[in-house]
Amino acid sequence: MTKAVQGEREPAVRIAGLRVVRGKREVLHGLRFDVKRGEVTGLLGPSGGGKTTLMRALVGVQAKVTGTVEVLGLPAGSPELRHRIGYVTQAPAVYTDLTVRENLTYFAAVVGAPAGDVERVLTSVDLQAYAGTRVDQLSGGQRSRVSLATALLGSPELLVLDEPTVGLDPVLRRDLWSMFHRLADAGCTLLVSSHVMDEATRCDRLLLIRDGDLVADDTEAGLLAVTGAADVEQAFLAIVEPPGEVAP
Amino acid sequence: MNPRILSATTRRVLTQLRHDPRTIALLLLAPTGIMALLDWIFASSPGVFDHWGPLLLGIFPLIIMFLVTSVATLRERSGGTLERLLALPVGKLDFLLGYGIAFGLAATVQAAVVGAVAFGLLGMDITGPVLAVVLVAVLVAVLGSSMGLLLSAFARTEFQAVQFMPALIIPQLLLCGLLGDRSMLPRFLELVGDVLPLTYAVDAMRVLQASTTLTSTFWRDIAVVAAFIVAILVLGAATLQRRTP
Ligand SMILES: Nc1ncnc2c1ncn2[C@@H]1O[C@H](COP(=O)(O)OP(=O)(O)O)[C@@H](O)[C@H]1O
Ligand SMILES: [Mg+2]
Repeated sequence: MTKAVQGEREPAVRIAGLRVVRGKREVLHGLRFDVKRGEVTGLLGPSGGGKTTLMRALVGVQAKVTGTVEVLGLPAGSPELRHRIGYVTQAPAVYTDLTVRENLTYFAAVVGAPAGDVERVLTSVDLQAYAGTRVDQLSGGQRSRVSLATALLGSPELLVLDEPTVGLDPVLRRDLWSMFHRLADAGCTLLVSSHVMDEATRCDRLLLIRDGDLVADDTEAGLLAVTGAADVEQAFLAIVEPPGEVAP
Repeated sequence: MNPRILSATTRRVLTQLRHDPRTIALLLLAPTGIMALLDWIFASSPGVFDHWGPLLLGIFPLIIMFLVTSVATLRERSGGTLERLLALPVGKLDFLLGYGIAFGLAATVQAAVVGAVAFGLLGMDITGPVLAVVLVAVLVAVLGSSMGLLLSAFARTEFQAVQFMPALIIPQLLLCGLLGDRSMLPRFLELVGDVLPLTYAVDAMRVLQASTTLTSTFWRDIAVVAAFIVAILVLGAATLQRRTP
């Protein structure tokens, strides 16, 4: 009992001294942060900053990783973690020559999801009307929702979502963010990346990343208070270009 | 390996095939049509069709399954689905055998249809049991699939994958004894032929053309082809990396 409670308090992700080399270049330069359980943490920053690389390291599919990457109490990439993490890649990774339901049925079997889970996730991403449609006949936004739905199967403890809301219409984006919070309320931990700073307002906590360095690890309110900025975009600028250093 | 994931993967690959009527047509109609053409070409030379027909029946599946599998698995590698599967509880064997079994089943249907047309309609004749002909064809198909799985790791585009086919298969066709007795080959080429899997498949088919019983040579040939399949799948497994750059 006590042990279980301690387990609950322990962060979902613990990262220290994380360095990653891709090609010949080091693209993450020694990151250190925790991701708390049951929260929606936003990983924000411009394109090329290393968001995808960080997520890949966390899920255990990235080569040439050094440092500590602990996920749900285990080293990243441990086989035991494979059915406890849902990972949505930036480009939708689903079978375009299968229907939405055929995709979900396959991934449900892979993770051993309970019966009825396919219908549940179809509803979560609002794709019931497209269940019988082949993925190659869907729009880009619909495809990324199919990809998201496959990651929700089996109700994983940690969801790692790489730019899941890019290209979606505002209504759908709002609905997805409220779904993320419902999942977090139910105990799931979410790490959601975006290069759109506006999404910061939707997150419980923010990690700002730029050129492979973590430039902020705070709540939105905390970040605005420290920088005196009006929004997260301004705060980001204030951090990466302190007033004294701005070119004339 | 996990039986639930393996059978789901097999079913998924077969569903993808089912959604692709052109490939199904290629699998079934192309070899049947070529058989009919061969029969027609040699209509006035009795015995020639009986000589070439069964050999071709054993070679089609290698080419077709190589192409189908290399393109299908290349798509998995480049489309991100393979990476995703390997981040899930999917074992490398679940993936490899899922493809192997699915295309093995497709090859069984292919061999049955082409065999039925050749032996039934076109009157092709063979000394050995027809079921053994089907067995060789299916084994060769799985061999083609395993080669396609392995080679897809070395192709960046579907265009490249398709070009591996002549590069890998035509030399085997030339050296496997299809064109004549291998003992007539220069010694070095005969030795090269000894280590090519198709040589043993063609040899097995020749046994069936010559004898009514399944000789020990036939079973040795089958065992060698099966061993090649296992070896190529093991190499294929090595190309499935969970962590990629
Ligand atoms: N496959 C790769 N090989 C080499 N370098 C890569 C590869 N993928 C990404 N990079 C580099 O890694 C850095 C971080 O990229 P990425 O993690 O994709 O950033 P983000 O997701 O924030 O846009 C970039 O400089 C990018 O050029
Ligand atoms: Mg990215």
